[in-house]
Amino acid sequence: MNARFLPYLLILPVTLFLCLFFLYPFVLVAQQAFSTGAGFTLDNFRDVSSHWKFPISLQNTLILAAAVVPVQLALALLMATMVNKMKKGRDIVLYIWTIPLGISDLAAGIIWLAIFDQSGFLNSMLNAVGATDKPFNLLSYQTPGVVFLAIARAEIWRATAIMLVILVAGIGLIPKEYYEAAEVFGASPWKRFLKVTLPLLRPSLQTALVLRVILAFEIFAVVSALGGTLFPVLMGEVYTYQFELLNGGAAAAIALIILAISIASTLVILRALRVPKGASI
Amino acid sequence: MSDATVAAAPADTRRAGRFVYGAAVAMLCAWVLVPIYFLLINTLSSPEAVNAFPKSFVPEFDLGSLTFFANFAGILTALKNSILVAALTMVMSISIGAPAGYALSRFDFPGKELFRLLILLTRAFPLPLLALPLAVMFIRAGIDDTIFGLALVHTTLAIPFAVLITFSLFSGIPMELEEAAWTLGCTRLTAFTKVILPLILPGITASAIFAFVISWNEVFAAAVLTIENRTLTAFLLQNLDTSPLHLKFAGGFILVVPALIFIFAVRKYLFAMWGIANR
Repeated sequence: MNARFLPYLLILPVTLFLCLFFLYPFVLVAQQAFSTGAGFTLDNFRDVSSHWKFPISLQNTLILAAAVVPVQLALALLMATMVNKMKKGRDIVLYIWTIPLGISDLAAGIIWLAIFDQSGFLNSMLNAVGATDKPFNLLSYQTPGVVFLAIARAEIWRATAIMLVILVAGIGLIPKEYYEAAEVFGASPWKRFLKVTLPLLRPSLQTALVLRVILAFEIFAVVSALGGTLFPVLMGEVYTYQFELLNGGAAAAIALIILAISIASTLVILRALRVPKGASI
Repeated sequence: MSDATVAAAPADTRRAGRFVYGAAVAMLCAWVLVPIYFLLINTLSSPEAVNAFPKSFVPEFDLGSLTFFANFAGILTALKNSILVAALTMVMSISIGAPAGYALSRFDFPGKELFRLLILLTRAFPLPLLALPLAVMFIRAGIDDTIFGLALVHTTLAIPFAVLITFSLFSGIPMELEEAAWTLGCTRLTAFTKVILPLILPGITASAIFAFVISWNEVFAAAVLTIENRTLTAFLLQNLDTSPLHLKFAGGFILVVPALIFIFAVRKYLFAMWGIANR
């Protein structure tokens, strides 16, 4: 086999696959969103955005992402630096901390339902310490704050692990000499973290943030399990339009809106954390 | 202040610091494990106990909830479907993705950057949404509501990871090793199968497991694309409103168990896989 053509032969299957199942359906979804049968139209977007649930689900999705992602970033950075310093027990601690990585959003929602449910463990704990004698209905329309908190907690619990893995891998790539040099010049651990770890971790931070932010806009099953219809989010609306209202055009329109938000935030993150050319390790 | 207290102070703060550090590690471990333990209690308790209040914090070791789960109409089929879709996803994403990973790590070729961009792009898109147009496409092709159709979507989800992870695995093996095999009379193909493949097989297995988990956990596309042949996640999601608590908890637990095993199986590779894939 000629070495000039071999690489193209090797990437051909993936390219074909992605064209057929990624680019092409993407074009179809856009087509579906901008048409109602005859020609180009914005009707789907008008329908979708004038529905009373749209502003609230957009707002919920954005607020949730804004609340969850920074906490996850801080938590993942803390855990990654802790693990990095650890001498014994590192493997077992890392294993435990990465367990949620394999747990689906639906399962995570169900797990936290066991805690926040009316007869769940939170109420049982309150009962055990004598704070209450009858269980509260924590996940109802009267307690939107608790519903939000439950969903945010479940999401933080589940998805911090992926950031942790990316950051631990990134920290592992930073040469030890940088830290030794910083120590020789008398930098405190906090200074070393700010001046060595954070800047050199930029590519990993980029990956972790892009991945997490996009996934945060796709939040769906956690919400279904914990909030049901109490806490509408964009992805849930797509599902409702497609499955219950059988309105594919409207579903496609919201899908495109989610896509637009995802792309916009990806660009912002890439720009904010850009790595100067030639400065990477 | 005497000399002794001056000398003792740093030692004290160090001991206190170590204690705080240890406590923080323990607390974060508990933060991960305790919710799973609660789910375990519910799963191993009778349906009556699951719905009772207040809850006991030790399981009864009653299999009532699990037998109810196993006897619930359609659940075992859904479980079987989940496994089949995930297995198919695993095979497809590795067999399609690994050659590209190899090409990226070993060759410089015009269009490489464009290809990398295509792969990275897929990570920046909310992929489950592709299930919407694909539903129409699959009906036309006659593979709507099938294991294979869903596996195609899940493969799209898993393929960027398969490419990037195998890329990082291959990059971890020095090119010289392959070149040495060539000089000793191996062709490109035999050098690959005899020298590289044995070295890389555990890593490939780990990334295959990763693909399995992605498919096993996927909810949205599964729920949109399957009606008769639901996977476990789709089944649980579609019955969330109507199913009793003990069914949800038992279902959740069945979803979690493979995750524990899988993460344990790939723990060594998890970080290596991401290390180079980030670049």
